[in-house]
Amino acid sequence: MIKHLPVLLIVVPLLSALIIPVAGRINRVLSWYIATIATGICFVISLLLLQTVLKEGSISYWLGGWKPPMGIEYVIDYLSIFVVIIVTFIAFMVSIYSRKSIELEIDEGKAPVFYAVYLLFITGLMGIVVTGDIFNLYVFLEITSIAGYALIAIGKKRQALMASFKYVVMGTIGATFILLGIGYLYLMTGTLNMAELTQMLPQLYHTNAVLTAFALFAVGVSLKIALFPLHTWLPNAYAYAPSAVSAAMAATATKVGAYVLIRILFTIFGVSFITFGDINLAHIFLFFSVIAILAGSILAVSQTDIKKMLAYSSVGQIGYVVLGISLLSVTGLIGSMVHLLNHALMKGGLFLVVGAVVYKTGVTNIDGFKGLGKKMPISMAAFTIGALSMIGVPLTVGFVSKWYLAVASLEVGMWWLLPVILVSSLLTAVYFWRVIDNIYFKTGEEEPDHGHGHGHHEVKRDDAPAWMLVPTVTVSVLCIVFGILAYAPVALAEKAAVILLR
Amino acid sequence: MEATQSYLPLYAVLVSLLAVLLIGVSGRYPNIRETWTLLAALTKFGLVASMLPTILKGQTIECHLATVLPGLDLSFKVDAFGMILALTASFLWIITSLYAIGYMRSLNEHAQTRFYMCFAVALSATMGAAFAANIFTLFVFYEIITVSTYALVAHEENDEAIKGARRYLVYLLGTSVLFFLPAMFLTYTYAGTLDFVPQGILSGTASDAVITIIFVLFIAGIAKAGIMPFHIWLPSAMVAPTPVSALLHAVAVVKVGVFTVVRVVLFVFGVDLLADIGLGVFLAYVACFTIIVASIMALRQDNLKLRLAYSTVSQLSYIVLAVALLTPSGITSSIVHITIHAFGKITLFFVAGAIYVATHKKYISEMAGIGRRMPFTMAAFSVGALSMIAVPPLGGFISKWYLILGTLEAHMIAILFVILLSTLLNAAYFMPVVYTAFFKKPPEGEGQGLKEAPPMMVVPLVATAVGTVTLFFTSPFVLDLVKIVVASVMGGSWD
Repeated sequence: MIKHLPVLLIVVPLLSALIIPVAGRINRVLSWYIATIATGICFVISLLLLQTVLKEGSISYWLGGWKPPMGIEYVIDYLSIFVVIIVTFIAFMVSIYSRKSIELEIDEGKAPVFYAVYLLFITGLMGIVVTGDIFNLYVFLEITSIAGYALIAIGKKRQALMASFKYVVMGTIGATFILLGIGYLYLMTGTLNMAELTQMLPQLYHTNAVLTAFALFAVGVSLKIALFPLHTWLPNAYAYAPSAVSAAMAATATKVGAYVLIRILFTIFGVSFITFGDINLAHIFLFFSVIAILAGSILAVSQTDIKKMLAYSSVGQIGYVVLGISLLSVTGLIGSMVHLLNHALMKGGLFLVVGAVVYKTGVTNIDGFKGLGKKMPISMAAFTIGALSMIGVPLTVGFVSKWYLAVASLEVGMWWLLPVILVSSLLTAVYFWRVIDNIYFKTGEEEPDHGHGHGHHEVKRDDAPAWMLVPTVTVSVLCIVFGILAYAPVALAEKAAVILLR
Repeated sequence: MEATQSYLPLYAVLVSLLAVLLIGVSGRYPNIRETWTLLAALTKFGLVASMLPTILKGQTIECHLATVLPGLDLSFKVDAFGMILALTASFLWIITSLYAIGYMRSLNEHAQTRFYMCFAVALSATMGAAFAANIFTLFVFYEIITVSTYALVAHEENDEAIKGARRYLVYLLGTSVLFFLPAMFLTYTYAGTLDFVPQGILSGTASDAVITIIFVLFIAGIAKAGIMPFHIWLPSAMVAPTPVSALLHAVAVVKVGVFTVVRVVLFVFGVDLLADIGLGVFLAYVACFTIIVASIMALRQDNLKLRLAYSTVSQLSYIVLAVALLTPSGITSSIVHITIHAFGKITLFFVAGAIYVATHKKYISEMAGIGRRMPFTMAAFSVGALSMIAVPPLGGFISKWYLILGTLEAHMIAILFVILLSTLLNAAYFMPVVYTAFFKKPPEGEGQGLKEAPPMMVVPLVATAVGTVTLFFTSPFVLDLVKIVVASVMGGSWD
């Protein structure tokens, strides 16, 4: 049983996804139970796998018992387990959360379909992370993407269809680039197994085909992770999808995308390839990441819709992740990896709170947050923690990743990155402060302003239901836990980074 | 230096956080709610005082909480210097709590529960800052103070309050993120540690240019110390209810600011390093500029609280100036002045609040003859004002005496003149208030006879005025603590 855990990570959600539409016919709530239990099991499996990985270093699983070059190999090392835990945890939390949220945000009859597609989405993400075969990775990437298009389009808003279509077009272009890249590599080496590619590519570094493959991968993956200026599909997709989907996508999909980038750059091509030619190829990523950090923050400041604001903020945060990767140093890679976790927690938490606000008030406008501090105190406390993390206040997770990125920038002698990080933190403070200000220091429209505020009258407390609050609060509490006990994820990330940069 | 492991500092920090919960729960029963505040204040002072004997023996008390990242620790280390701030703040919290109850109830203020909760958080954070064992811990508590006092400044929730509070937040958070944080980061990168060590940690780790950059970033980042041009938040914060101005903007917030400056100067850079590069002189002149300009601005204010605010800005720079002299007497003056200025200025703010509660007057020009109707209050004001001017036998004299000794030790005669000039300016902006209150005729139509504020307010302000006098006579006890600090930072070569 233990031996088969890696494949169970995929089989459990995949089979559940098939059962759900049938079960949904019998009873609609049943589909929610199955989805939640399935994601819960995945989370437990990922914890068990973590134990094994910490003991043995890496797990290799041959699918169907076929030997790697012929069959598909699943490999779980420090990097993959790190991402697997993020994905399964968030998937589990969002699943619990979606019970109430989905009731309101999609048509009643579509709930079973939603859960089925949601599990397919998670299956795809799991597959991308555990597979050791590059073509298999592409297959899972497509499963995720197609499920993702459906999840966005399932929302009640009509704009959701357009947003989803835009994502389909952009996502397909990205996937095509990746597929072409895989094709080039296969032509040159005759293998699709990542470990074999790692060994065979160094002899082919000088060939144009390998360089072309790298370029194709770079563009394709950048599209998938929405690296500025290839981010255009993301804001609308996040803004018009149901809140639970926005939370899940923001917290998991881009993280797995970043995982793919790290895998391709460091495992398949390797640092020696990146610095092999006349120019350091990582500098291309560095350049775009800095622009993404600044542009994402600036665009976020100008938004009035909270979901779009969070979406643009994600564009900036992806920049941070790519920045750490492009520094090609252990510290930088630790920063990036830890930021995957940290950003999943804080942005996931923030989207969950927004979902709760939508559930209670139906608005996604920043003005709609006026006076919510009294009406929804717990949700708003969670939002505040998330916002503080995004700004990078010490004792929250946001501080830890920014600290590592800053240390890494100085280590490689790029001191000019410090002001970039600082300015974007300040911009983050600006766009979150507008919301916090509304939450705590302004009163909602239904009650007129009292001038001096004397003779204060009680606002009725009306927070989100427990099914939504529990996951939201859990995620935000973790924002602080991992802000104080930051060394646990950092230690794991460090092990992964050392191996990747070897 | 011997170190004792103990959770006492943690308890001293946490006691008011516990009170926050209790205050929040009992918000509907004002008497019970206020009991929690008072109990917390007394307990906190008791806990702080219980650590005093250990500190006086020259030992330190350490308490490690968590390691965020290697080199970034959350930990407390109580030394004589932190003790002085903690004792002052926790003692004055007791008195201010009494005063605040009188003030808030007399004016029938709204949102009193939030007020007491934020107040307790601010005090917790002040203790945390006083006991911080490294820059990181200090930074965390520094920021908590800013955020918790934001709600206190915005308390009135009218346009003026919200505007003032916003400026408060932008200045304090903005500077700390833009300058303090990078300074901490650079210190970490070069020194490899953030711990406070009596003779500094940066010596010999980086070139003079880098040290200078770090130093300037620190000084610019600690806006709570009110060094110009980062002082503007302090007058803006005067829209807060007076107990807030009294304890936070004369004691906790601003004193944490100068405390941080002194900590950084003595325990991060170290006396020798700063003297070698000449950064002490630079800081001294910046402080002198602030002292004079703020005094002149104080002269021009008719609003009593604003005049006090500018006076605070000027007095804070005394502390900065004194430590920048980098001599034993200078450092002594700087540390002593943290306590002495606290007692004097809190008295003055208490008086401003008492006048407002009793007569609803804010402007000095309206206060003609008020001394006859509020004799106790205005007598206390005179004591506080004279202490600011440094007239014996009041506390202020002690710190100024050491300051003058310090300038002589440092051979900076020019600064002596600055001190003289500013003393004259102090007299020039305080004495007219006393004169207006006691010797000008009250305007026609105002009633005669006593019209003091409620005893809940008058007793505290008389108590702090008495404290100012007492400090003069008990200064040897305070100086005992200061000597321990000075001996450690001067490398034990001085006693």
